[in-house]
Amino acid sequence: MAFVCGFLFMAAIYLILSRSLLRIIIGTGLLSHGAHLLILTMGGFGGNNPPVLVDGVTEYVDPLPQALILTAIVISFGVTAFFLVLAYRSYQELGTDDTTKMKGSEDDD
Amino acid sequence: MINFLLVPILIPFFMGMVLMFLQKNIRLQRILTLVTLFAAAFMAFLVMLKVQSDGIQSVTFGNWPVPFGITMVADGMSTLLVFTTFVLAFFIAWYGFGSIGREREQFFYYPGLMFILTGVTGAFTTGDIFNLFVFFEVLLMSSYLLIVLGGEKAQLRESIKYILVNVVSSALFVITVAYLYSVVGTLSMADIAVKIAEIGQPGIVTTIAVLFLIVFGLKAAIFPLYFWLPSSYAAAPIPVLALFGALLTKVGVYAIMRTYTLFFVHDLSYTHGLLLILAVLTIVAGCIGALATFNVKQIIIYNIVIAVGVILFGVAQMNEIGLEGAMFYLVHDMIIKAGLFMLVGIIIYVTGTANLRKMGGLMKTYPTLGWFYLIAAFGLAGIPPLSGFVGKLLIVQGGFEAGNIWSSVFILASSLIVLLSVMRIFVYAFWGSEGQLVTIEKRRYNRLFYPTAILVVISIAYGVGAEWITPFMDTAAKTLFDPGIYVDAVMKGGA
Repeated sequence: MAFVCGFLFMAAIYLILSRSLLRIIIGTGLLSHGAHLLILTMGGFGGNNPPVLVDGVTEYVDPLPQALILTAIVISFGVTAFFLVLAYRSYQELGTDDTTKMKGSEDDD
Repeated sequence: MINFLLVPILIPFFMGMVLMFLQKNIRLQRILTLVTLFAAAFMAFLVMLKVQSDGIQSVTFGNWPVPFGITMVADGMSTLLVFTTFVLAFFIAWYGFGSIGREREQFFYYPGLMFILTGVTGAFTTGDIFNLFVFFEVLLMSSYLLIVLGGEKAQLRESIKYILVNVVSSALFVITVAYLYSVVGTLSMADIAVKIAEIGQPGIVTTIAVLFLIVFGLKAAIFPLYFWLPSSYAAAPIPVLALFGALLTKVGVYAIMRTYTLFFVHDLSYTHGLLLILAVLTIVAGCIGALATFNVKQIIIYNIVIAVGVILFGVAQMNEIGLEGAMFYLVHDMIIKAGLFMLVGIIIYVTGTANLRKMGGLMKTYPTLGWFYLIAAFGLAGIPPLSGFVGKLLIVQGGFEAGNIWSSVFILASSLIVLLSVMRIFVYAFWGSEGQLVTIEKRRYNRLFYPTAILVVISIAYGVGAEWITPFMDTAAKTLFDPGIYVDAVMKGGA
């Protein structure tokens, strides 16, 4: 699991450092996937045990990481959607998706 | 158990939803916004008095016992900040009527304002580290909306960078919370403090402390993570800039203050030593930036960076006086930054440019504006009896007490640079021969000027009336200095 997280982070950082806006967005998506898997790993694995505590069950999986991941997925979904729309809008306005052409600001705007 | 402390967070949340349905009716939106903000500020004030008289208030959702449920905690620091937030938002919204523009008002500027306030006040109030992340996202989402609203080329270009930086820092936040959870096995801030005290902060917890510093440092714009701030903020329209400059970086500062006074207090020489060095470097970077530019917006924006450094210097002392100074300076800086951005906005409005070289001679045409700017500038630099003085005095006193003589002297010296940077605006824009001027409507000018003038008067009152505010600051600093008070109150309150 640790390797999967590490690989996802590696790929994410590679994509975020690239020039194309779309690749950057995919990179942020991968970054959040990596983070979510990391939460799951950090909570510890429970094999086949259920994540809920009911009477008579002594072995159970910590349910909290799953709740956290669910929250984080929803948030990152929203942010990615917004980011995609923004990228499309700025492609229309600025006429490029190349970040090297987006740098700098005028001295007074 | 008291639900009352949630009221100031819920009011803007519900009104944000209501305002979305009133998209076309700008007049009604404006009135409702002001009424809402006033009501929220009033409620926040009542909560603050309640905390002052009865001690820390907390509520845990769903009747769960404390370390399991999500707790909301109102202590001295958070209630003070929530109250200040609403007061500032009231004036910024009022100021926005004259300058934000009809298109923005029609496209959900006011709901965005409400939701960002929900996020900011929620982040100040929450007592759960993951819930803090959620409120951070609430305020970031609304800030994405506000920064890009209007769709100008510069705005689109800069907001991409702003969003990317924040997405990465959010991912890092989740990762850090995951690490912390794997070490202490809890998310409730009070419980984390207890668990870390039990295991005595081994190396892994110190590593997590530094990771938190990176995460919150990205939001608070400390050195070397402030790189995104100047250009992104400058792209936003003035009311949004005032809101961001006054509130958003301060949420990051608050989060650093909270985690570094509640959790990571067992290896002070490393964590707080690092914070001290970063604070000083932040001030240096801010000073260089503020002196290097001729754009009035950028000068004030770099002053945010300097102020963040000064506040964190107070936190790094980790004694009661330093923390009280940091609280004083934090609230002062929120007020005065909002005021200065609004003043600079008026200057840009009457001259039609943000470039200092093109301005001049405004003292003849707008004398009152000049005097108010001068007062605000003196207040920022901390000339007694104005508002910056008390905070800086206490911070430096704390620095001497902790034995950091040279860096405290350095803080004092940095005030001169701050004074110089804001006086440059005064000298260039108000003195000298007549510069560029554009014709303006008197009515619109007044609309911008009244809220600004009142805010500057409030900042004067904050400095002159420091005596009356001190009890509140004392309570806040005591809680910060002794995590036991916070932990006991939360653990007892929810059970």
